[in-house]
Amino acid sequence: MRFALLLLVFVSASALAATPEDRLTNVFQSVEANRLDEALQRVDALIHDYPNFRLAYLVRGDLLLARARPLQTFGNVQGNVLKTVPQERIEGLRAEALARLRAQRQRPADDLLPRAVLQLDPEQKHVLLVDSRRSRLYVFANEGGKPHLVADYYVTLGKNGMEKTREGDQRTPIGVYFVTGVLPRSKLTDFYGAGAFPINYPNEWDRRMGRSGHGIWLHGVPAALYSRPPRASDGCIVLANPDLESVGRYVEVKRTPVIIADEVEWAAAAEVEAERASLAAALEQWRADWQSRDTARYLAHYSARFSSGKQNLAAWAEHKRKVNAGKSWIQVGVSKVAMFRYPRERDFVVVTFDQDYRSSGLSNRMAKRQYWIREDGRWKILYEGAA
Amino acid sequence: MQIFETPRRGLRRGLVFLCLAAFWCAAPARADDLEEASKLFKAGQREQALERVNRVLAQKSGDPQARFLKGLILTEQGNTREAIEIFTKLTQDYPNLPEPYNNLAVIYASQGQYEKARASLEQSIRTHPSYATAYENLGDVYAKLASQAYDKALQLDSTNTGAQQKLSLVRELVGSPTRVAAKEPAVAVAKPVETPKPAAAPEKPAANPADVLKAVNAWAQAWSKKDVDGYLGAYAKDFKTPGGEARADWEKARRARIEAPKSIAVAIESPKVTMQANNQASVTFRQNYRSDKLKSSSRKTLVMVNGEGGWKIQEEKAAK
Repeated sequence: MRFALLLLVFVSASALAATPEDRLTNVFQSVEANRLDEALQRVDALIHDYPNFRLAYLVRGDLLLARARPLQTFGNVQGNVLKTVPQERIEGLRAEALARLRAQRQRPADDLLPRAVLQLDPEQKHVLLVDSRRSRLYVFANEGGKPHLVADYYVTLGKNGMEKTREGDQRTPIGVYFVTGVLPRSKLTDFYGAGAFPINYPNEWDRRMGRSGHGIWLHGVPAALYSRPPRASDGCIVLANPDLESVGRYVEVKRTPVIIADEVEWAAAAEVEAERASLAAALEQWRADWQSRDTARYLAHYSARFSSGKQNLAAWAEHKRKVNAGKSWIQVGVSKVAMFRYPRERDFVVVTFDQDYRSSGLSNRMAKRQYWIREDGRWKILYEGAA
Repeated sequence: MQIFETPRRGLRRGLVFLCLAAFWCAAPARADDLEEASKLFKAGQREQALERVNRVLAQKSGDPQARFLKGLILTEQGNTREAIEIFTKLTQDYPNLPEPYNNLAVIYASQGQYEKARASLEQSIRTHPSYATAYENLGDVYAKLASQAYDKALQLDSTNTGAQQKLSLVRELVGSPTRVAAKEPAVAVAKPVETPKPAAAPEKPAANPADVLKAVNAWAQAWSKKDVDGYLGAYAKDFKTPGGEARADWEKARRARIEAPKSIAVAIESPKVTMQANNQASVTFRQNYRSDKLKSSSRKTLVMVNGEGGWKIQEEKAAK
């Protein structure tokens, strides 16, 4: 009896777990096995449950048309429809199908880690990584400071591709960001679907690079749609509404990093650890040198290209010399360290931590963000400011 | 294949006749009436045909042959509701006959109810796996269903296209779309009737597509009746003969071809008239030709001109 009950729970759980994407994959499996009737039944059931899943209709069209005549292509739309519908609409659906299939078939290897996530702070329970080439968002859970893949979703990105540089370019930024807020469905129009999570584009680095624009969000889709093509947004990261709701369960405002990259780089754990350890050592040395009040040693951690946004290196150095000279003692505590490699930039890492500064004159605690870069084999600070 | 090119709803193979010898062993009087009704129907005299069939059914209400013919006549008369009733009842009473299923499917397809058409045809094939007509029609139905699925995939909103068509109609009526749009665009779309008429009315009354169609039907009827003079009279003086041969040679060849068979039946299916000018039109349709020697079905386009003797054929070509 108990066994039967357990089985029942298992069956209903697995039925729930079958996402539309899983089911679409099953349809293609039937096609590959040449069980076309089964494929049609499966796609019909999928459409029944998700009548707004346009891609499923395209597949249904193909399966029906294949009964009438040989297909020329996937998404074999022809005739009048072609005159009234822009070709890119069909291409969009084809691209979505490819992206979804590829994601289902090419799973990341279990023993590899995302190279971008060097270290997670204990309070960061999750980190989100966007792989633009795969149109995929990966959710990693923090397991003892190491990322562990727990879920991944199809995403729509900017119409004009990646690397946002100016307002209105309809591109998605590349970089390391953090979720800055939650906008519930009730405060938004239907266009954003189940809700939205704004991120902090442009971040300090973007501003320094002269990048403009704002309002880059993770958000849902209008009720009439299940999903949008891979390249269709104005720069936002768009998820199916059920997927956005799932992601929402992982997101914590101001804590959850969103790393957007051309491609997620996967590396062996040892390689990631070596990189982490080398930067962690540099960070510790910076802390110790600051505490020692040897200002020259302390300032040697800063790059010649350093900027705090308000001060360049010279101004920063002058200020620090003045402050340090007036102290009889300094204690610096660093905790909750997180480190993320910046996509596209070589040896460039965003480091966040809680800084506990005490001195003979002044004490304060703050959340800090630093950008570290490796110059001539040594880690140097390029930016420093409040997080 | 033209399936997507026009909103043609008909299937490649239209309604079928029931030709089962087994049903002909009835009383001679009834057979005569039925044969007469069938002839009348084929000659396009539906009213009379219906009268005869009803006479047969009055004597023998369950007669499948007569019920079948009545279904055909009603379909042609546009009384699809009753026709569906008759064919549905036939499938229940004679589940092994594939033809009633097929004809039901043809009617459903003509109404755009392709899922129902599909179910009927699949049933028809289940009863008779070798029934070729059902296979052909099923292929067409699958293609239509595919087309509908593609429309959904690409978010073609039929209400939108309706609005667009209305809008273009308004533009045609008004001439200058900007003038209307500037005033009240919403009203202009919603109430095409109330939009102002263009100041300059056309001098001649507008050509009526129905007249063009009438001429095409007359041509097909003359052909079916083997009325060669009537048939040849449907062609314009400047008719472009298909091979560029002299008109006299072409006429001679046609006469021979039409007189040779004992019987001819030409049916025009899903005609679509496109007005090119006030005195020129093209008509595209499926031509189902059947004689005692040959059976063929093809898509055809007739280029028609309106001259002194009304609408005549100027060119005859296979539709692309």
